[in-house]
Amino acid sequence: MNNNIEELSLSLFMGDNNLILSHRLSEWTGHAPVLEEELALANVALDLLGQARMWLEYAAEISEDYKTADDLAYKREIWEFRNVALVEQPNGHFGDTIVRQFYYDNWHKLILEHLYQSENERIAGIAEKSLKEVRYHLERSAQWTVLLGDGTEESHNKLQTSVNHFWPYALELCNTNTANSGFDDDLASLSRQTWIDSLSNIIAEATLQLPETEFSYSGGREGIHTEHLSLILAEMQCLPRAYPGTQW
Amino acid sequence: MYSQVIDEQPVSSDELNAQEALFQEKIDNDIKIEPRDWMPDGYRKTLIRQISQHAHSEIVGMLPEGKWLTRAPSLTRKSILLAKVQDEGGHGLYLYSAAETLGVTRDEMYLALHSGKAKYSSIFNYPTLTWADIGVIGWLVDGAAIMNQVPLQRCSYGPYARAMVRICKEESFHQRQGFEMLITLCKGKPVQKAMAQDALNRWWWPSLMMFGPPDADSVHSAQSMRWKIKMNGNDELRQKFVDVCVPQAELLGLTIPDNKIIWNEEWQQHDFGEVNWDEFYNVLKGNGVCNRERLKARVDAWEDGAWVRDAAKAYAVKRQRSSSL
Ligand SMILES: [Fe+2]
Ligand SMILES: [Fe+2]
Repeated sequence: MNNNIEELSLSLFMGDNNLILSHRLSEWTGHAPVLEEELALANVALDLLGQARMWLEYAAEISEDYKTADDLAYKREIWEFRNVALVEQPNGHFGDTIVRQFYYDNWHKLILEHLYQSENERIAGIAEKSLKEVRYHLERSAQWTVLLGDGTEESHNKLQTSVNHFWPYALELCNTNTANSGFDDDLASLSRQTWIDSLSNIIAEATLQLPETEFSYSGGREGIHTEHLSLILAEMQCLPRAYPGTQW
Repeated sequence: MYSQVIDEQPVSSDELNAQEALFQEKIDNDIKIEPRDWMPDGYRKTLIRQISQHAHSEIVGMLPEGKWLTRAPSLTRKSILLAKVQDEGGHGLYLYSAAETLGVTRDEMYLALHSGKAKYSSIFNYPTLTWADIGVIGWLVDGAAIMNQVPLQRCSYGPYARAMVRICKEESFHQRQGFEMLITLCKGKPVQKAMAQDALNRWWWPSLMMFGPPDADSVHSAQSMRWKIKMNGNDELRQKFVDVCVPQAELLGLTIPDNKIIWNEEWQQHDFGEVNWDEFYNVLKGNGVCNRERLKARVDAWEDGAWVRDAAKAYAVKRQRSSSL
């Protein structure tokens, strides 16, 4: 029995969310509406990938089944992934990607601020490093949310649809109602309401409205995912699976 | 740009000749031409064509490599590739900015690309079929780019020369990373080495085409060389590239797909086979494997992003209004 079950569960959750979202963001390469934005998206993808590696390296150290971060990324089965459904969702249009990111960045900043105070130095260290980057991510996604929400009628309507669409997926980030998550204390401190409050200023400035629906997706942390993840993994893991035991 | 519009008021041909003579003298003395300086119309137009073509190549070049971001076989390789592709986008940005100093807007350049009027490097119309392509692109394509661009760090137009300094540093980093990746593949399992050989087979000749047609058939060369916006002949650079690559391929244990390559003791350089120029011109005309797909990706990105750019404009106007109240 692993003594560090809580740490393992936490670092897989953080690592997988970052890894899968980074994968999605990297799909924008060559297709973004503005060149500067394309570079910014790649930058966020690169940051999240770096953070995923830090979490997964830690997870690999305490895992009894996997030795390296690469093993965790490339050898696990879909039911072993711990990310939420939000990060698996397809990019959609640029506004969809911005809203998904805005929801995520708000949560990400809050959870990192909490983890930064962890007594576990390793966790606190990763959180500290990540926090610098995530503050910048949030600044950017918040700016775009305001700009698109308060831009033209078309952009406003598009954004409102995105805000509604990703809502139940985003709520899963704050879902403390799941068994065996291993760090309910950490997550409980970040209640749904804290997260919603963190969004409200920007959403108001963007002249948008948050949905009132309570329904939240759940299951990511138990390894239950949307179909999108199976396709993401098929792509991401294709080479290591086709040529096991190969150095790249 | 206003000063230049005034400069372009009708002038007598004597005056013009005098201006041109002065301009050429500056170039001959290696004095950089800066955006506000007088320059002949042909110089400006040629530079716009050349720099924007170069910028488009950086941007279109993100597509073939970008396809492997989601399939990179290790987290380290994934970070390296993501950073590389991002660098290429940055090169595009510097170059578009350099071209803008000549009085053309980025949107105008995009439209020229989308309409097929402006070109980009033929190399990016070839497909990336295996992971080894990423290594070979770094080694050969970034390698050829360096060969082309290092001399341009000394070119006569200031903003272009300075952009080149920055870009070349990053390109040589890309080239080394690509080569290092190939070393790993070639030292690995037989199937990895076969992958590398297959990639070399497909990318070798297109890489040689990157230097452009033989000097004898090159349309704009002589004037551009007088203006120092082209520093070397195409054939000279191609030769240099072959001479550099042959020992590198040997080091990797790979075979260059040209059985005419042989060391020429007399000339102290390698002889090599004839490039298939029909293929080159065909790809330029739009008949490469990926021409349509690459251009469509750029056009779609532009069209799908129109509402975002409109929103940004509308928002800026609203902000301006509320701040001037
Ligand atoms: Fe480049
Ligand atoms: Fe490059």
